[in-house]
Amino acid sequence: MSRAEVRVPGGRLLRSELALLFRRRRTLALLLALVAIPVLVAVAVELSSTPPGPGEGPPFLDQVTQSGAFVAATSLVVAVPFFIPVTVAVVAGDSFAGEANQGTLRYLLLAPAGRTRLLVVKGVAVAVFCFAAPAAMAVVGMAVGTALFGFGDAASLSGGVLDRWDVLARVALLAGYIGVAMLGLAAFGLFVSTLTDVPVGAMAATVVLAIAAQILGGLSQLDWLHPWLLTDTWLDFADLLRSPLVWDSFLANVWLQAGWVAVFGALAWARLTSKDVLS
Amino acid sequence: MAEVAVSSAGLTKRFGRQTVVDSLDLAVPTGAVYGFLGPNGSGKTTTLRMLLGLASADAGAAVVLGHAVPDGLADALPHVGALVEGPAFYPYLSGAANLARLDAADRSTDPSTRAERVGAALERVGLSAAAGKKAKAYSLGMKQRLGIAGALLRPRALLVLDEPTNGLDPQGTREVRALVRSLADDGTTVLVSSHLLAEVEQICSHVGVMSRGRLVAQGTLEEFRAASGVQVSVRTPDRTEAAATLARLGLTEVMVDGETGGTAGVRAALGSVAPEAVVAALVADGVRVRGFQVATTSLEDRFVALTGEGFDVAG
Repeated sequence: MSRAEVRVPGGRLLRSELALLFRRRRTLALLLALVAIPVLVAVAVELSSTPPGPGEGPPFLDQVTQSGAFVAATSLVVAVPFFIPVTVAVVAGDSFAGEANQGTLRYLLLAPAGRTRLLVVKGVAVAVFCFAAPAAMAVVGMAVGTALFGFGDAASLSGGVLDRWDVLARVALLAGYIGVAMLGLAAFGLFVSTLTDVPVGAMAATVVLAIAAQILGGLSQLDWLHPWLLTDTWLDFADLLRSPLVWDSFLANVWLQAGWVAVFGALAWARLTSKDVLS
Repeated sequence: MAEVAVSSAGLTKRFGRQTVVDSLDLAVPTGAVYGFLGPNGSGKTTTLRMLLGLASADAGAAVVLGHAVPDGLADALPHVGALVEGPAFYPYLSGAANLARLDAADRSTDPSTRAERVGAALERVGLSAAAGKKAKAYSLGMKQRLGIAGALLRPRALLVLDEPTNGLDPQGTREVRALVRSLADDGTTVLVSSHLLAEVEQICSHVGVMSRGRLVAQGTLEEFRAASGVQVSVRTPDRTEAAATLARLGLTEVMVDGETGGTAGVRAALGSVAPEAVVAALVADGVRVRGFQVATTSLEDRFVALTGEGFDVAG
Protein backbone atom coordinates (compact mmCIF):
# COMPACT_ATOMS: atom_id res chain seq x y z
CA MET A 1 0.00 0.00 0.00
CA SER A 2 1.58 3.23 -1.02
CA ARG A 3 -1.26 5.27 0.37
CA ALA A 4 -3.10 5.14 3.61
CA GLU A 5 -6.40 3.49 2.92
CA VAL A 6 -9.26 2.20 5.00
CA ARG A 7 -8.88 -1.57 4.81
CA VAL A 8 -12.39 -2.91 4.61
CA PRO A 9 -12.19 -6.62 3.80
CA GLY A 10 -13.30 -6.84 0.21
CA GLY A 11 -13.64 -3.05 0.11
CA ARG A 12 -12.21 -2.44 -3.30
CA LEU A 13 -13.86 -5.50 -4.79
CA LEU A 14 -17.15 -4.28 -3.32
CA ARG A 15 -16.66 -0.89 -4.93
CA SER A 16 -15.97 -2.63 -8.24
CA GLU A 17 -19.03 -4.84 -7.76
CA LEU A 18 -21.34 -1.91 -6.98
CA ALA A 19 -20.03 0.05 -9.93
CA LEU A 20 -20.55 -2.97 -12.15
CA LEU A 21 -24.10 -3.45 -10.86
CA PHE A 22 -25.32 0.13 -10.85
CA ARG A 23 -23.65 1.22 -14.09
CA ARG A 24 -25.07 -1.73 -15.91
CA ARG A 25 -27.83 -0.78 -18.29
CA ARG A 26 -30.06 -3.63 -17.17
CA THR A 27 -29.98 -2.50 -13.55
CA LEU A 28 -30.79 1.04 -14.57
CA ALA A 29 -33.69 -0.24 -16.70
CA LEU A 30 -35.05 -2.19 -13.73
CA LEU A 31 -34.88 0.88 -11.50
CA LEU A 32 -36.40 3.02 -14.22
CA ALA A 33 -39.33 0.61 -14.53
CA LEU A 34 -39.84 0.77 -10.76
CA VAL A 35 -39.79 4.56 -10.55
CA ALA A 36 -42.31 4.68 -13.40
CA ILE A 37 -44.86 3.29 -10.92
CA PRO A 38 -45.12 6.42 -8.70
CA VAL A 39 -45.18 8.57 -11.82
CA LEU A 40 -48.08 6.54 -13.22
CA VAL A 41 -49.93 6.60 -9.89
CA ALA A 42 -49.58 10.38 -9.57
CA VAL A 43 -50.54 11.13 -13.16
CA ALA A 44 -53.51 8.75 -13.05
CA VAL A 45 -54.90 10.36 -9.89
CA GLU A 46 -54.27 13.85 -11.18
CA LEU A 47 -56.03 13.16 -14.47
CA SER A 48 -59.06 11.31 -13.10
CA SER A 49 -61.94 13.74 -12.58
CA THR A 50 -63.32 11.85 -9.59
CA PRO A 51 -60.73 10.79 -7.07
CA PRO A 52 -61.25 7.25 -5.73
CA GLY A 53 -63.60 7.06 -2.79
CA PRO A 54 -62.49 5.87 0.65
CA GLY A 55 -61.41 2.23 0.51
CA GLU A 56 -61.39 2.06 -3.29
CA GLY A 57 -58.31 0.92 -5.16
CA PRO A 58 -54.98 0.12 -3.51
CA PRO A 59 -54.40 1.27 0.10
CA PHE A 60 -54.05 5.04 0.55
CA LEU A 61 -55.00 5.77 -3.06
CA ASP A 62 -57.99 7.78 -1.87
CA GLN A 63 -55.68 9.95 0.19
CA VAL A 64 -53.12 10.69 -2.49
CA THR A 65 -54.48 14.15 -3.14
CA GLN A 66 -54.08 15.04 0.56
CA SER A 67 -50.32 14.83 0.51
CA GLY A 68 -47.66 14.07 -2.05
CA ALA A 69 -46.19 11.52 0.37
CA PHE A 70 -49.09 9.21 -0.37
CA VAL A 71 -47.87 8.88 -3.95
CA ALA A 72 -44.65 7.33 -2.64
CA ALA A 73 -46.45 5.18 -0.06
CA THR A 74 -49.10 3.89 -2.50
CA SER A 75 -46.53 3.01 -5.15
CA LEU A 76 -44.35 1.14 -2.70
CA VAL A 77 -47.33 -0.85 -1.42
CA VAL A 78 -48.42 -1.67 -4.96
CA ALA A 79 -44.91 -2.81 -5.92
CA VAL A 80 -44.14 -5.00 -2.89
CA PRO A 81 -45.85 -8.24 -3.90
CA PHE A 82 -44.46 -8.51 -7.40
CA PHE A 83 -42.54 -5.70 -9.10
CA ILE A 84 -39.81 -5.18 -6.52
CA PRO A 85 -39.30 -8.95 -5.94
CA VAL A 86 -38.87 -9.46 -9.69
CA THR A 87 -36.08 -6.91 -9.86
CA VAL A 88 -34.43 -8.43 -6.79
CA ALA A 89 -34.71 -11.88 -8.39
CA VAL A 90 -33.02 -10.63 -11.56
CA VAL A 91 -30.10 -9.10 -9.67
CA ALA A 92 -29.67 -11.94 -7.16
CA GLY A 93 -30.17 -14.71 -9.72
CA ASP A 94 -27.57 -13.16 -12.00
CA SER A 95 -24.97 -12.69 -9.27
CA PHE A 96 -23.00 -15.92 -9.68
CA ALA A 97 -24.78 -17.62 -12.57
CA GLY A 98 -24.16 -14.58 -14.77
CA GLU A 99 -20.44 -14.58 -13.97
CA ALA A 100 -20.26 -18.35 -14.47
CA ASN A 101 -22.16 -18.07 -17.73
CA GLN A 102 -19.78 -15.56 -19.26
CA GLY A 103 -16.72 -17.29 -17.75
CA THR A 104 -15.63 -14.34 -15.63
CA LEU A 105 -16.21 -16.30 -12.42
CA ARG A 106 -13.09 -18.39 -13.04
CA TYR A 107 -10.99 -15.30 -13.67
CA LEU A 108 -12.25 -13.62 -10.49
CA LEU A 109 -11.31 -16.77 -8.56
CA LEU A 110 -7.91 -16.89 -10.25
CA ALA A 111 -7.24 -13.23 -9.42
CA PRO A 112 -7.64 -14.51 -6.60
CA ALA A 113 -10.82 -12.97 -5.23
CA GLY A 114 -11.32 -15.76 -2.66
CA ARG A 115 -14.60 -17.62 -2.71
CA THR A 116 -15.87 -16.49 0.68
CA ARG A 117 -14.86 -12.90 0.01
CA LEU A 118 -16.62 -13.00 -3.36
CA LEU A 119 -19.78 -14.36 -1.72
CA VAL A 120 -19.76 -11.59 0.88
CA VAL A 121 -19.19 -8.92 -1.76
CA LYS A 122 -21.93 -10.26 -4.03
CA GLY A 123 -24.29 -10.61 -1.07
CA VAL A 124 -23.70 -7.05 0.07
CA ALA A 125 -24.16 -5.73 -3.48
CA VAL A 126 -27.48 -7.55 -3.86
CA ALA A 127 -28.57 -6.26 -0.43
CA VAL A 128 -27.70 -2.73 -1.49
CA PHE A 129 -29.94 -3.23 -4.50
CA CYS A 130 -32.75 -4.46 -2.22
CA PHE A 131 -32.67 -1.08 -0.48
CA ALA A 132 -31.92 0.96 -3.59
CA ALA A 133 -35.06 -0.25 -5.38
CA PRO A 134 -37.66 0.97 -2.83
CA ALA A 135 -35.50 4.02 -2.07
CA ALA A 136 -35.56 5.08 -5.71
CA MET A 137 -39.34 4.66 -5.77
CA ALA A 138 -39.72 6.65 -2.56
CA VAL A 139 -37.58 9.52 -3.83
CA VAL A 140 -39.34 9.75 -7.18
CA GLY A 141 -42.73 9.29 -5.50
CA MET A 142 -42.04 12.13 -3.07
CA ALA A 143 -40.81 14.37 -5.88
CA VAL A 144 -43.75 13.73 -8.21
CA GLY A 145 -46.27 13.77 -5.36
CA THR A 146 -44.95 17.04 -3.99
CA ALA A 147 -45.00 18.61 -7.43
CA LEU A 148 -48.64 17.64 -8.05
CA PHE A 149 -50.25 17.58 -4.61
CA GLY A 150 -47.95 19.54 -2.35
CA PHE A 151 -45.89 18.47 0.62
CA GLY A 152 -48.19 18.73 3.60
CA ASP A 153 -49.20 17.09 6.83
CA ALA A 154 -51.10 13.82 6.62
CA ALA A 155 -53.36 11.70 8.75
CA SER A 156 -51.78 8.62 10.32
CA LEU A 157 -53.59 5.29 10.33
CA SER A 158 -54.45 5.80 14.00
CA GLY A 159 -56.22 9.04 13.21
CA GLY A 160 -53.64 11.54 14.46
CA VAL A 161 -51.90 14.06 12.27
CA LEU A 162 -48.27 13.67 11.24
CA ASP A 163 -46.38 16.81 10.37
CA ARG A 164 -44.66 16.93 7.02
CA TRP A 165 -41.20 15.95 8.31
CA ASP A 166 -42.65 13.09 10.23
CA VAL A 167 -44.40 12.02 7.03
CA LEU A 168 -41.08 12.11 5.20
CA ALA A 169 -39.46 9.99 7.89
CA ARG A 170 -42.29 7.45 7.69
CA VAL A 171 -41.90 7.11 3.92
CA ALA A 172 -38.17 6.54 4.37
CA LEU A 173 -38.94 3.98 7.05
CA LEU A 174 -41.40 2.24 4.74
CA ALA A 175 -38.77 2.02 2.01
CA GLY A 176 -36.30 0.64 4.55
CA TYR A 177 -38.85 -1.90 5.74
CA ILE A 178 -39.35 -3.13 2.18
CA GLY A 179 -35.59 -3.29 1.66
CA VAL A 180 -35.27 -5.54 4.70
CA ALA A 181 -38.26 -7.60 3.54
CA MET A 182 -36.45 -8.41 0.27
CA LEU A 183 -33.28 -9.73 1.93
CA GLY A 184 -34.54 -13.28 2.44
CA LEU A 185 -35.52 -13.53 -1.20
CA ALA A 186 -32.18 -12.08 -2.22
CA ALA A 187 -30.34 -14.70 -0.15
CA PHE A 188 -32.37 -17.44 -1.80
CA GLY A 189 -31.60 -15.98 -5.24
CA LEU A 190 -27.91 -15.83 -4.40
CA PHE A 191 -27.93 -19.49 -3.38
CA VAL A 192 -29.77 -20.64 -6.50
CA SER A 193 -27.33 -18.59 -8.52
CA THR A 194 -24.43 -20.68 -7.21
CA LEU A 195 -26.15 -23.84 -8.44
CA THR A 196 -26.30 -23.08 -12.12
CA ASP A 197 -24.52 -21.45 -15.04
CA VAL A 198 -27.83 -20.26 -16.47
CA PRO A 199 -28.77 -16.89 -14.95
CA VAL A 200 -32.31 -16.92 -16.33
CA GLY A 201 -32.95 -20.20 -14.52
CA ALA A 202 -31.83 -18.77 -11.20
CA MET A 203 -33.93 -15.64 -11.73
CA ALA A 204 -37.03 -17.66 -12.61
CA ALA A 205 -36.61 -19.95 -9.60
CA THR A 206 -36.38 -16.91 -7.34
CA VAL A 207 -39.50 -15.30 -8.78
CA VAL A 208 -41.35 -18.61 -8.46
CA LEU A 209 -40.43 -18.80 -4.77
CA ALA A 210 -41.75 -15.27 -4.18
CA ILE A 211 -45.05 -16.05 -5.87
CA ALA A 212 -45.46 -19.54 -4.39
CA ALA A 213 -44.78 -18.24 -0.88
CA GLN A 214 -47.46 -15.58 -1.28
CA ILE A 215 -49.96 -18.13 -2.58
CA LEU A 216 -49.23 -20.43 0.37
CA GLY A 217 -49.53 -17.40 2.62
CA GLY A 218 -53.04 -16.88 1.31
CA LEU A 219 -54.26 -20.37 2.21
CA SER A 220 -55.75 -20.34 5.67
CA GLN A 221 -55.42 -24.14 5.87
CA LEU A 222 -51.67 -23.64 6.09
CA ASP A 223 -51.73 -21.25 9.05
CA TRP A 224 -49.00 -23.23 10.83
CA LEU A 225 -46.64 -22.62 7.91
CA HIS A 226 -47.23 -18.89 7.54
CA PRO A 227 -44.77 -17.60 10.15
CA TRP A 228 -41.95 -19.36 8.29
CA LEU A 229 -42.72 -17.99 4.83
CA LEU A 230 -40.28 -15.34 3.72
CA THR A 231 -43.19 -13.31 2.37
CA ASP A 232 -45.07 -13.40 5.69
CA THR A 233 -43.95 -9.91 6.76
CA TRP A 234 -43.98 -8.30 3.31
CA LEU A 235 -47.24 -6.41 3.88
CA ASP A 236 -47.03 -5.86 7.66
CA PHE A 237 -45.91 -2.26 7.38
CA ALA A 238 -49.13 -0.64 8.65
CA ASP A 239 -47.53 -0.15 12.08
CA LEU A 240 -45.03 2.21 10.52
CA LEU A 241 -47.82 4.58 9.56
CA ARG A 242 -49.40 4.83 13.02
CA SER A 243 -48.77 7.48 15.62
CA PRO A 244 -47.04 6.84 17.82
CA LEU A 245 -44.81 4.55 15.82
CA VAL A 246 -44.99 0.82 16.69
CA TRP A 247 -41.74 -1.10 16.01
CA ASP A 248 -43.01 -4.66 16.58
CA SER A 249 -43.65 -5.52 12.95
CA PHE A 250 -40.35 -3.97 11.87
CA LEU A 251 -38.47 -6.20 14.27
CA ALA A 252 -40.50 -9.24 13.27
CA ASN A 253 -39.55 -8.50 9.67
CA VAL A 254 -35.87 -8.20 10.58
CA TRP A 255 -35.87 -11.51 12.46
CA LEU A 256 -37.70 -13.44 9.76
CA GLN A 257 -35.44 -12.14 7.00
CA ALA A 258 -32.32 -12.67 9.11
CA GLY A 259 -33.33 -16.32 9.45
CA TRP A 260 -33.69 -16.75 5.69
CA VAL A 261 -30.43 -14.92 5.06
CA ALA A 262 -28.64 -17.14 7.58
CA VAL A 263 -29.97 -20.37 6.07
CA PHE A 264 -29.50 -19.56 2.41
CA GLY A 265 -26.32 -17.59 3.00
CA ALA A 266 -24.85 -20.69 4.66
CA LEU A 267 -26.08 -22.92 1.84
CA ALA A 268 -24.61 -20.56 -0.76
CA TRP A 269 -21.31 -20.56 1.12
CA ALA A 270 -21.24 -24.35 1.37
CA ARG A 271 -22.01 -24.68 -2.30
CA LEU A 272 -19.64 -22.01 -3.56
CA THR A 273 -16.64 -23.10 -1.52
CA SER A 274 -16.92 -26.71 -2.66
CA LYS A 275 -18.00 -26.19 -6.23
CA ASP A 276 -15.90 -27.05 -9.28
CA VAL A 277 -15.90 -24.03 -11.54
CA LEU A 278 -15.99 -25.69 -14.94
CA SER A 279 -17.71 -23.01 -16.97
CA MET B 1 12.04 -20.17 -4.82
CA ALA B 2 11.56 -23.86 -5.15
CA GLU B 3 13.34 -25.63 -7.98
CA VAL B 4 10.05 -26.95 -9.21
CA ALA B 5 7.41 -24.32 -9.94
CA VAL B 6 4.56 -26.77 -10.35
CA SER B 7 4.45 -30.39 -9.31
CA SER B 8 1.80 -32.99 -8.72
CA ALA B 9 1.71 -36.51 -7.42
CA GLY B 10 -1.04 -38.92 -8.31
CA LEU B 11 -3.36 -36.09 -9.29
CA THR B 12 -6.69 -37.60 -10.31
CA LYS B 13 -10.06 -36.25 -11.39
CA ARG B 14 -13.19 -38.24 -12.09
CA PHE B 15 -16.45 -37.02 -13.58
CA GLY B 16 -18.96 -39.64 -12.55
CA ARG B 17 -17.43 -42.98 -13.56
CA GLN B 18 -15.10 -41.50 -16.12
CA THR B 19 -11.54 -40.79 -15.04
CA VAL B 20 -10.56 -37.62 -16.88
CA VAL B 21 -7.16 -37.16 -15.28
CA ASP B 22 -5.44 -40.33 -14.11
CA SER B 23 -2.73 -40.12 -11.41
CA LEU B 24 -0.66 -37.38 -12.95
CA ASP B 25 2.93 -36.82 -11.76
CA LEU B 26 3.76 -33.44 -13.22
CA ALA B 27 7.05 -31.60 -12.73
CA VAL B 28 7.51 -28.12 -14.19
CA PRO B 29 11.01 -26.83 -13.34
CA THR B 30 11.33 -23.18 -12.33
CA GLY B 31 12.25 -21.07 -15.33
CA ALA B 32 11.10 -23.65 -17.85
CA VAL B 33 8.71 -23.14 -20.70
CA TYR B 34 6.73 -26.32 -20.27
CA GLY B 35 4.64 -27.47 -23.20
CA PHE B 36 1.63 -29.42 -22.02
CA LEU B 37 0.76 -31.30 -25.15
CA GLY B 38 -2.11 -33.56 -25.96
CA PRO B 39 -5.12 -34.02 -28.22
CA ASN B 40 -8.37 -32.21 -27.47
CA GLY B 41 -10.12 -33.90 -24.59
CA SER B 42 -7.00 -35.54 -23.16
CA GLY B 43 -7.44 -33.82 -19.80
CA LYS B 44 -5.09 -30.83 -20.13
CA THR B 45 -7.59 -28.13 -19.15
CA THR B 46 -9.00 -30.21 -16.29
CA THR B 47 -5.46 -30.62 -14.97
CA LEU B 48 -4.87 -26.88 -15.14
CA ARG B 49 -8.19 -26.26 -13.35
CA MET B 50 -7.11 -28.52 -10.52
CA LEU B 51 -3.66 -26.92 -10.27
CA LEU B 52 -5.30 -23.49 -10.02
CA GLY B 53 -7.97 -24.50 -7.52
CA LEU B 54 -10.96 -24.09 -9.82
CA ALA B 55 -11.74 -27.78 -9.52
CA SER B 56 -11.00 -30.15 -6.69
CA ALA B 57 -8.90 -33.27 -7.14
CA ASP B 58 -10.38 -36.66 -6.29
CA ALA B 59 -6.98 -38.01 -5.35
CA GLY B 60 -3.37 -36.92 -5.25
CA ALA B 61 -1.69 -33.66 -4.35
CA ALA B 62 -0.17 -30.70 -6.12
CA VAL B 63 2.17 -27.87 -5.22
CA VAL B 64 2.24 -24.54 -7.05
CA LEU B 65 5.10 -22.10 -6.36
CA GLY B 66 5.81 -23.87 -3.10
CA HIS B 67 2.21 -23.70 -1.86
CA ALA B 68 -0.01 -26.72 -1.46
CA VAL B 69 -3.13 -26.93 -3.63
CA PRO B 70 -5.78 -25.91 -2.77
CA ASP B 71 -5.16 -24.68 0.80
CA GLY B 72 -2.12 -22.52 0.04
CA LEU B 73 -3.36 -21.24 -3.31
CA ALA B 74 -4.51 -17.89 -1.94
CA ASP B 75 -0.80 -17.10 -1.42
CA ALA B 76 0.30 -18.58 -4.73
CA LEU B 77 -2.32 -17.22 -7.13
CA PRO B 78 -1.30 -13.54 -6.93
CA HIS B 79 1.98 -14.67 -8.52
CA VAL B 80 0.22 -16.71 -11.18
CA GLY B 81 -1.14 -15.24 -14.38
CA ALA B 82 -3.57 -17.55 -16.08
CA LEU B 83 -5.59 -17.97 -19.22
CA VAL B 84 -7.82 -21.00 -18.82
CA GLU B 85 -10.18 -22.32 -21.48
CA GLY B 86 -10.33 -19.14 -23.47
CA PRO B 87 -10.66 -15.54 -22.36
CA ALA B 88 -13.85 -14.31 -20.67
CA PHE B 89 -15.09 -10.78 -20.14
CA TYR B 90 -17.95 -8.52 -19.20
CA PRO B 91 -19.14 -7.73 -22.71
CA TYR B 92 -20.58 -4.37 -21.66
CA LEU B 93 -17.31 -3.13 -20.17
CA SER B 94 -14.36 -1.74 -22.11
CA GLY B 95 -11.14 -3.74 -22.35
CA ALA B 96 -9.44 -1.50 -19.81
CA ALA B 97 -12.43 -1.65 -17.42
CA ASN B 98 -12.40 -5.44 -17.64
CA LEU B 99 -8.77 -5.54 -16.59
CA ALA B 100 -9.41 -3.02 -13.80
CA ARG B 101 -12.18 -5.26 -12.49
CA LEU B 102 -9.82 -8.27 -12.40
CA ASP B 103 -7.21 -6.18 -10.68
CA ALA B 104 -9.72 -5.08 -8.03
CA ALA B 105 -10.39 -8.74 -7.26
CA ASP B 106 -6.73 -9.27 -6.37
CA ARG B 107 -6.25 -8.01 -2.82
CA SER B 108 -2.49 -7.82 -3.06
CA THR B 109 -2.24 -5.24 -5.83
CA ASP B 110 -1.91 -1.52 -5.29
CA PRO B 111 -4.99 0.35 -6.56
CA SER B 112 -3.01 3.56 -7.02
CA THR B 113 -0.94 1.94 -9.78
CA ARG B 114 -3.89 0.14 -11.35
CA ALA B 115 -4.45 2.42 -14.34
CA GLU B 116 -0.76 2.36 -15.09
CA ARG B 117 -0.50 -1.42 -14.91
CA VAL B 118 -3.65 -1.91 -16.99
CA GLY B 119 -2.19 0.42 -19.61
CA ALA B 120 1.12 -1.45 -19.60
CA ALA B 121 -0.57 -4.83 -19.95
CA LEU B 122 -2.68 -3.59 -22.87
CA GLU B 123 0.42 -2.09 -24.47
CA ARG B 124 2.28 -5.37 -24.15
CA VAL B 125 -0.36 -7.26 -26.15
CA GLY B 126 -0.86 -4.43 -28.65
CA LEU B 127 -4.36 -3.42 -27.54
CA SER B 128 -3.71 0.17 -26.43
CA ALA B 129 -5.72 1.58 -29.30
CA ALA B 130 -8.75 -0.55 -28.38
CA ALA B 131 -8.54 0.00 -24.60
CA GLY B 132 -11.74 2.05 -24.47
CA LYS B 133 -13.73 -0.18 -26.78
CA LYS B 134 -16.38 -2.46 -25.29
CA ALA B 135 -15.18 -6.06 -25.04
CA LYS B 136 -18.17 -7.30 -27.03
CA ALA B 137 -16.88 -5.38 -30.03
CA TYR B 138 -13.52 -7.17 -29.87
CA SER B 139 -12.62 -9.79 -32.45
CA LEU B 140 -11.74 -13.31 -31.34
CA GLY B 141 -8.04 -12.54 -31.61
CA MET B 142 -8.40 -9.30 -29.65
CA LYS B 143 -10.24 -11.15 -26.89
CA GLN B 144 -7.42 -13.66 -26.75
CA ARG B 145 -4.93 -10.80 -26.41
CA LEU B 146 -7.03 -9.17 -23.72
CA GLY B 147 -7.07 -12.47 -21.85
CA ILE B 148 -3.28 -12.61 -22.00
CA ALA B 149 -3.14 -8.98 -20.86
CA GLY B 150 -5.18 -10.02 -17.81
CA ALA B 151 -2.48 -12.55 -16.99
CA LEU B 152 0.17 -9.83 -17.25
CA LEU B 153 -1.44 -7.26 -14.93
CA ARG B 154 1.48 -7.60 -12.57
CA PRO B 155 4.85 -9.35 -12.66
CA ARG B 156 4.24 -13.07 -12.33
CA ALA B 157 6.41 -15.97 -11.27
CA LEU B 158 4.27 -18.41 -13.22
CA LEU B 159 2.12 -18.06 -16.30
CA VAL B 160 -0.44 -20.72 -17.11
CA LEU B 161 -1.63 -20.34 -20.68
CA ASP B 162 -4.26 -22.73 -21.96
CA GLU B 163 -4.17 -22.80 -25.77
CA PRO B 164 -2.95 -19.17 -25.95
CA THR B 165 -2.88 -18.95 -29.74
CA ASN B 166 -6.45 -20.13 -30.29
CA GLY B 167 -8.25 -17.80 -32.64
CA LEU B 168 -5.16 -15.79 -33.51
CA ASP B 169 -4.06 -15.14 -37.07
CA PRO B 170 -0.50 -16.18 -38.07
CA GLN B 171 0.79 -12.72 -37.18
CA GLY B 172 -0.85 -12.83 -33.75
CA THR B 173 0.41 -16.37 -33.19
CA ARG B 174 3.95 -15.22 -33.85
CA GLU B 175 3.51 -12.29 -31.47
CA VAL B 176 2.26 -14.54 -28.69
CA ARG B 177 5.20 -16.87 -29.18
CA ALA B 178 7.59 -13.92 -29.03
CA LEU B 179 5.81 -12.69 -25.90
CA VAL B 180 6.12 -16.08 -24.21
CA ARG B 181 9.82 -16.19 -25.08
CA SER B 182 10.47 -12.70 -23.73
CA LEU B 183 8.59 -13.49 -20.52
CA ALA B 184 10.60 -16.69 -20.13
CA ASP B 185 13.79 -14.71 -20.65
CA ASP B 186 12.76 -12.52 -17.71
CA GLY B 187 12.66 -15.67 -15.59
CA THR B 188 8.93 -16.36 -15.62
CA THR B 189 8.03 -20.02 -15.61
CA VAL B 190 5.49 -20.73 -18.33
CA LEU B 191 3.13 -23.68 -18.44
CA VAL B 192 1.51 -23.63 -21.85
CA SER B 193 -0.99 -26.19 -23.02
CA SER B 194 -1.48 -26.87 -26.67
CA HIS B 195 -2.71 -29.43 -29.11
CA LEU B 196 -0.35 -27.99 -31.71
CA LEU B 197 2.96 -29.80 -31.85
CA ALA B 198 4.68 -27.12 -33.94
CA GLU B 199 3.86 -24.49 -31.35
CA VAL B 200 5.33 -26.51 -28.51
CA GLU B 201 8.40 -27.41 -30.55
CA GLN B 202 9.10 -23.74 -31.23
CA ILE B 203 8.78 -22.21 -27.79
CA CYS B 204 9.18 -24.90 -25.16
CA SER B 205 12.17 -26.17 -23.22
CA HIS B 206 10.21 -29.00 -21.58
CA VAL B 207 7.38 -31.17 -22.76
CA GLY B 208 4.71 -33.25 -21.08
CA VAL B 209 2.46 -35.36 -23.26
CA MET B 210 -1.09 -36.19 -22.21
CA SER B 211 -3.15 -38.95 -23.72
CA ARG B 212 -6.55 -40.05 -22.44
CA GLY B 213 -5.99 -38.54 -19.02
CA ARG B 214 -2.51 -39.95 -18.49
CA LEU B 215 0.86 -38.26 -18.69
CA VAL B 216 2.55 -40.62 -21.15
CA ALA B 217 5.89 -38.80 -21.38
CA GLN B 218 7.67 -35.90 -19.74
CA GLY B 219 11.14 -34.38 -20.13
CA THR B 220 13.22 -31.75 -21.88
CA LEU B 221 12.72 -31.16 -25.56
CA GLU B 222 16.31 -32.39 -26.19
CA GLU B 223 15.53 -35.69 -24.55
CA PHE B 224 12.57 -36.07 -26.85
CA ARG B 225 14.65 -35.19 -29.88
CA ALA B 226 17.34 -37.65 -28.87
CA ALA B 227 14.80 -40.36 -28.34
CA SER B 228 13.35 -39.80 -31.75
CA GLY B 229 16.82 -40.28 -33.29
CA VAL B 230 18.61 -39.22 -36.45
CA GLN B 231 17.84 -40.84 -39.76
CA VAL B 232 19.86 -41.25 -42.91
CA SER B 233 18.37 -41.83 -46.31
CA VAL B 234 20.31 -43.01 -49.34
CA ARG B 235 19.02 -42.40 -52.83
CA THR B 236 20.33 -45.19 -55.05
CA PRO B 237 19.28 -47.74 -57.69
CA ASP B 238 21.26 -50.45 -55.80
CA ARG B 239 18.85 -50.75 -52.92
CA THR B 240 19.57 -54.30 -51.82
CA GLU B 241 23.33 -53.77 -51.71
CA ALA B 242 22.91 -50.47 -49.88
CA ALA B 243 20.67 -52.06 -47.26
CA ALA B 244 23.24 -54.80 -46.71
CA THR B 245 26.03 -52.24 -46.23
CA LEU B 246 23.98 -50.19 -43.78
CA ALA B 247 23.12 -53.28 -41.78
CA ARG B 248 26.79 -54.35 -41.74
CA LEU B 249 27.75 -50.89 -40.33
CA GLY B 250 25.35 -51.44 -37.44
CA LEU B 251 22.57 -49.09 -38.50
CA THR B 252 19.15 -50.17 -37.28
CA GLU B 253 15.61 -49.93 -38.64
CA VAL B 254 16.88 -50.36 -42.19
CA MET B 255 13.98 -49.87 -44.59
CA VAL B 256 13.94 -50.25 -48.35
CA ASP B 257 11.55 -47.87 -50.08
CA GLY B 258 9.27 -48.93 -52.88
CA GLU B 259 10.11 -48.73 -56.59
CA THR B 260 8.78 -45.22 -57.06
CA GLY B 261 11.03 -43.43 -59.50
CA GLY B 262 14.09 -41.41 -58.56
CA THR B 263 13.21 -40.96 -54.90
CA ALA B 264 13.47 -44.67 -54.21
CA GLY B 265 16.15 -45.46 -51.67
CA VAL B 266 17.02 -46.88 -48.30
CA ARG B 267 16.44 -45.37 -44.89
CA ALA B 268 17.91 -46.27 -41.53
CA ALA B 269 18.43 -44.93 -38.03
CA LEU B 270 21.98 -43.57 -37.80
CA GLY B 271 22.73 -44.46 -34.20
CA SER B 272 26.33 -43.69 -33.23
CA VAL B 273 27.86 -44.20 -36.68
CA ALA B 274 29.37 -41.13 -38.34
CA PRO B 275 27.53 -40.16 -41.54
CA GLU B 276 30.76 -39.73 -43.55
CA ALA B 277 31.78 -43.29 -42.64
CA VAL B 278 28.48 -44.51 -44.03
CA VAL B 279 29.04 -42.75 -47.36
CA ALA B 280 32.61 -44.08 -47.60
CA ALA B 281 31.46 -47.64 -46.93
CA LEU B 282 28.67 -47.38 -49.49
CA VAL B 283 31.04 -46.15 -52.16
CA ALA B 284 33.64 -48.77 -51.30
CA ASP B 285 30.97 -51.47 -51.70
CA GLY B 286 30.20 -50.19 -55.19
CA VAL B 287 26.78 -48.76 -54.36
CA ARG B 288 25.84 -45.98 -56.81
CA VAL B 289 25.00 -43.18 -54.37
CA ARG B 290 22.85 -40.51 -56.03
CA GLY B 291 21.83 -38.73 -52.85
CA PHE B 292 22.57 -38.89 -49.17
CA GLN B 293 20.68 -37.11 -46.41
CA VAL B 294 20.98 -36.90 -42.64
CA ALA B 295 17.82 -35.69 -40.92
CA THR B 296 16.65 -35.23 -37.38
CA THR B 297 13.10 -36.49 -37.58
CA SER B 298 10.45 -34.06 -36.44
CA LEU B 299 8.91 -34.95 -33.14
CA GLU B 300 5.69 -35.62 -34.94
CA ASP B 301 6.16 -39.37 -35.30
CA ARG B 302 7.12 -39.70 -31.67
CA PHE B 303 4.10 -37.78 -30.44
CA VAL B 304 1.74 -39.63 -32.71
CA ALA B 305 3.20 -42.86 -31.38
CA LEU B 306 2.62 -41.65 -27.80
CA THR B 307 -0.88 -40.29 -28.18
CA GLY B 308 -2.33 -42.59 -30.79
CA GLU B 309 -4.62 -41.77 -33.65
CA GLY B 310 -6.50 -38.53 -34.13
CA PHE B 311 -3.71 -36.31 -32.94
CA ASP B 312 -3.84 -32.88 -34.46
CA VAL B 313 -0.34 -32.06 -35.65
CA ALA B 314 -1.21 -29.27 -38.04
CA GLY B 315 0.98 -26.20 -37.54
